[in-house]
Amino acid sequence: MIGAGHAGLAVSRGLTERGLDHVVLERGEVANSWRHERWDSLRLLTPNWQSRLPGFAYDGPDPDGFMTMPEVVAFVARYASVSCAPVRTRTAVTAVRPADGGYDVVTDQGPLRARSVVIASGACNVATKPGLHTAVPAAIAQVTALDYRNPAQLPDGGVLVVGAAATGVQLADELRRAGRRVTLSVGEHVRMPRLYRGRDVLWWMDASGVWNQRYDEIDDLGRARRLPSPQLVGTPERRTLDLNALGDAGVEIVGRLSAIRDGKALFSGALKNQFALADLKLNRLLDAFDAWAAANPRAVGDAAASERCEPTRAPEKSRLSIDLTTGEITSIVWATGFRPDYRWLEVPVLDAKGYLRHEGGVVDAPGLYAIGLPVLRRRKSSFIHGAEDDARDIAEHLDGYLATARTPTIQVS
Amino acid sequence: MATSVNNGVNVDALLAAREALKGAPAAANFTWRATCKWQNGTHSETTVQGFHGLGEEQKHKTEFSFSADHPEIFASEDKGATPVELVLVGLASCLTAGVAAVAQNRGIQLRSVESKLEGSMNLYGILGIDADVRNGYDDIKVKFIIDADATPAEIEAIVAQSQKRSAVFDIVTNPTNVSVEVESKRTKTA
Repeated sequence: MIGAGHAGLAVSRGLTERGLDHVVLERGEVANSWRHERWDSLRLLTPNWQSRLPGFAYDGPDPDGFMTMPEVVAFVARYASVSCAPVRTRTAVTAVRPADGGYDVVTDQGPLRARSVVIASGACNVATKPGLHTAVPAAIAQVTALDYRNPAQLPDGGVLVVGAAATGVQLADELRRAGRRVTLSVGEHVRMPRLYRGRDVLWWMDASGVWNQRYDEIDDLGRARRLPSPQLVGTPERRTLDLNALGDAGVEIVGRLSAIRDGKALFSGALKNQFALADLKLNRLLDAFDAWAAANPRAVGDAAASERCEPTRAPEKSRLSIDLTTGEITSIVWATGFRPDYRWLEVPVLDAKGYLRHEGGVVDAPGLYAIGLPVLRRRKSSFIHGAEDDARDIAEHLDGYLATARTPTIQVS
Repeated sequence: MATSVNNGVNVDALLAAREALKGAPAAANFTWRATCKWQNGTHSETTVQGFHGLGEEQKHKTEFSFSADHPEIFASEDKGATPVELVLVGLASCLTAGVAAVAQNRGIQLRSVESKLEGSMNLYGILGIDADVRNGYDDIKVKFIIDADATPAEIEAIVAQSQKRSAVFDIVTNPTNVSVEVESKRTKTA
């Protein structure tokens, strides 16, 4: 097992229950990314009651609340402890190569040989930013969502936040609340209200079965896996953080950043269609919730009446360009997504874009598995509780693989 | 889905081409061409026929010709549409083709699809009167009037998807690098 985050630990627990000898290699500490690669104010966007892993669940006093990062770290660390997970911390994997009967796993603490390897090293190792970042004038500070910690880290002045998935809207909101002039560049996005009919929208995703939709039931799986995260934030007051809320707070919304030319950032004029696409998609989702609710009155209980969100308010005219040389903008925050880092993986299982080729976590090489990637086996796969069902499936498949795979007749070491 | 739906778009062929091109990235590189010849005044004739795609030279069945000029209030002879109107032609026809294809793919029968386009422009730009006014359109409005066997939300979704996948919509709403070279056929000798 490579990685002692929630996903790796969930599979580890499944392997332990099946009596399969294994080790969890962790470059740092348990829940390392949650400890070291998140901004200060971040909370989970899933409510506490959804924080559950195989044989383990949140049992605190605030089921509708959202965990801070220290709380997530404590949650995952406690899971490792109660699961008696065989974790080797401070053991960084530097290479995995095919070898006779399995894989050679090279670490900075020495080599291992494994019949099977599970990649649980995360989906967000590297912050991606568009190639045009190289054309940004040198006077402007650039940070990615992985580097960002808090508003004080950025130089005084206006901030351009690029990207309007969960990360982008949260950082734009935090910076605006810190008194910054904020411009948010918005491309394709997924709009969601925090509450729908009085319940958390993720309750609906879960209860109605949308989140359980399997990877092999999805029409365009590649697209589903690339979908931006929903515009949600976890706050004690359970507020909605859509573009209307950001506009009301004084954030200027502009189109997708499409070029930087002669020191000017140029934005797409297709913003209204991005709003239309997101609003139509949201309404289809809410229609699906309502249809499910009508068919399952007992599951829905006392939920409030059906409602619809106000359409995203389009500015009369969004700015198409901002001169980056005038001092109006002093920093750019790239909230343009993340990707996994597989530089250590010396098995030919990556596609042309550098992503793992896998069928529901069963990687395209014997005995190699993955867990914790977007829509790995279900729409919920990349969320903490998404590891629950996925980990069971992967542990079961791995068990079957080890039972049937040819074992080397002689082990020479 | 609804096999009786027929908008005249061969979606099966398009989807097959999409699958085929996934495995042949080079074949997906297309080059479109136009050839223009000045006539007189602001009048020009532009023709299109050949293009490159699927790894080889291709050809329209016939050569298509487009006249462009300016109206008489511009002291021109009005022998064709203005170039900026031709941009609206390109945008309208691209979005309309998209509407038909998306509707076909979603099993929705179209009865009629009409659109009205308006591009607004301040001539202070092209006349060089005010440097803060751009040459091109400052706003383009498109209104679709569609009759189809679908709900209003489904029709809106078709139009939104058409914009999302439209080449001309992308060209108009995003910057594109344009390089112009000159070859002199005759040079004045000093």
